[in-house]
Amino acid sequence: MAEKSLMKGNEALAEAALRAGCKCFFGYPITPQTEIAAYLSKRMPKVGGVFLQAESEVAAINMVYGCAGSGIRCMTSSSSPGISLKSEGISYIAGADLPCVIIDVMRGGPGLGGIQPSQADYYQITKGVGHGDYHIIVLAPSTVQEMADCVTKAFDLADKYRMPAVVLADGLLGQMMEPVAFDDAEIVMSDASEKPWAANGHGNKRKHNIINSLYLQAPELEQTIRDRYERYKKIEAEETRAVADYCDDAEIVVVAYGSTARLAKSAVDEARKQGIKAGVFRPVTLYPFPVKELNEAVKSAKKVLTVEMSMGQMVDDVKLAINCSRPVEFFGRTGGVIPAPNEILTKIKEMIGGNE
Amino acid sequence: MPDFKRPHALTDVYLHYCPGCTHGIVHRLVAEVIDEMEIEGDTIGVCPVGCSVMAYDYFNCDMMEASHGRAPAVATGIKRANPDKFVFTYQGDGDLAAIGTAETVHAATRGENITVIFINNTTYGMTGGQMAPTTLPGQITQTTPYGRNTDIEGFPVKMCEMLSQLDGVALAQRVTVIDPANIRKAKAAIRKGFEYQKNKQGFSIIEVLSTCPTNWGMTPVQAVERLKNDMMTYYPLGVYKDGAVRNKEGA
Amino acid sequence: MQKMTVEFDRCKGCGLCVTACPKKIVEIQQEKLNKKGYYTAHCIDNDACIACAMCAMMCPDCAITITAGGKDNG
Repeated sequence: MAEKSLMKGNEALAEAALRAGCKCFFGYPITPQTEIAAYLSKRMPKVGGVFLQAESEVAAINMVYGCAGSGIRCMTSSSSPGISLKSEGISYIAGADLPCVIIDVMRGGPGLGGIQPSQADYYQITKGVGHGDYHIIVLAPSTVQEMADCVTKAFDLADKYRMPAVVLADGLLGQMMEPVAFDDAEIVMSDASEKPWAANGHGNKRKHNIINSLYLQAPELEQTIRDRYERYKKIEAEETRAVADYCDDAEIVVVAYGSTARLAKSAVDEARKQGIKAGVFRPVTLYPFPVKELNEAVKSAKKVLTVEMSMGQMVDDVKLAINCSRPVEFFGRTGGVIPAPNEILTKIKEMIGGNE
Repeated sequence: MPDFKRPHALTDVYLHYCPGCTHGIVHRLVAEVIDEMEIEGDTIGVCPVGCSVMAYDYFNCDMMEASHGRAPAVATGIKRANPDKFVFTYQGDGDLAAIGTAETVHAATRGENITVIFINNTTYGMTGGQMAPTTLPGQITQTTPYGRNTDIEGFPVKMCEMLSQLDGVALAQRVTVIDPANIRKAKAAIRKGFEYQKNKQGFSIIEVLSTCPTNWGMTPVQAVERLKNDMMTYYPLGVYKDGAVRNKEGA
Repeated sequence: MQKMTVEFDRCKGCGLCVTACPKKIVEIQQEKLNKKGYYTAHCIDNDACIACAMCAMMCPDCAITITAGGKDNG
């Protein structure tokens, strides 16, 4: 690892994407992720990559479709309203089994909403981005270093499973500055050499490759989807990641992801000082959801509290994951309002008190 | 006299198009150009949503299926990552001039080194003959049962005329395939588009006036007459723009 | 040797080749349906065929092959 430098979350993510061999970036300006595009517009031409500002979010994700279909590592980034626009393209990318990375630096919604941090895209990203039966991998960083690490991991997982991977951040992480270190290795742009399925010209050496999501015969489409779900099973078994702090003896476990997990951690630190046996559990992968890890973390807990910057979305997955074995309560702020650690602590105390 | 046989770049798959639909002629011309330039191994085609949605089965080069209207964006993604490969899109009028207008215009104005084959048959064929952006004034379609009323539905889009105003466009030419003489001209235009691409000299669009006998409610021969009499007066054939927008090195 | 050959099951009997033929020797036969249920095109006078390939150029299904006359034709 090289020396650490102080960077914004968005810029760290962009630099890490380059270092992961992301040859092409296609994007459209939207707050609060614009630094990613601005950074790559400077860096890409210097390292033999492609930066292209598209005419729309829709065009950008379809450029990603084309580029990914030709076997080249590529990425787009946006924020909530832009992701809504990209959802059609994401569905096609998933339906054609193409690997790519999509960044969502979430802001408040619905509609234009606001430009302050939010986590109200949880449903959209993990459940409903685009039409059809499919999943996409979702990674949720909570530090600037993790913004970088998650994008690297996202490229690897996308290629390994031939599917889109999303880094789900929020305006807070994107704008925040922290020390970050990168691998020293030389930047090598990706090629299609390990992607025999790529449509990049058959060179008269093989049969033509077709990138497609159309299946007019229903049984054929069903089988294709079933095969894809077999892959998802493997992902759910092998790729979950989470971080648990103080959960071993915790009577109450706070579940939070992304920047909210940092606030939850502050609240739990304070609770511990005050003698409350609280723990904090942070899913890093939102799809696949870390079901096994969460059940492990809540073993000694009597109650579970989910904290989000939304009206409560991940809380559904928390309930499902532990099969409602314990009461799950929710605390959240939304619309761009960031929950304060003391608000979370108050909620923890209220729940503990209610238990007595 | 030359022999005439199926070009290699066209697969053996039977085309699903209706009898007399001119899609098949245009497919063959594209394949012949690919054969003659010996670029099948370096070509990636992008097909649209519409009647030619299954064109990926008909060409022997690598193919990608785009979502409705997005073929020029998909082609941009391929071409930017693989600047030395040939990339063409094959799109109908609903795909290119309605839902995909933005992608078409912006790929053109960026001067993307791609070739767009645009089939204008004044109707949405695949869905059963609704009004297209190119439907002629007065034309009866499933969704203009009293004829296209320009007071209500507005006027047809003239893509070649529009795109010829953009600096990124190297070639905007309207052709047709209603007889052997016109077929030869159409092929020459397609060839020119690929040549501009070869030399990285800008965006090319070849608009092909085509027939849709089924949805026009005509025999294939009557459809050719309708194209000649009605379409060619509203959409005059010709070269709307021709000239490299970049030098050979792509500077 | 036949100069114009029509791939029987590929032809859809649209008749565009009939109009393209300068010698007026291409017709749609009305006796036998192909697999797809179409009556197909054929050349009714091989000797008159000049192998100009106009029928093949017009064929939307690439169903027509032309073999040039001359030597092979005896």
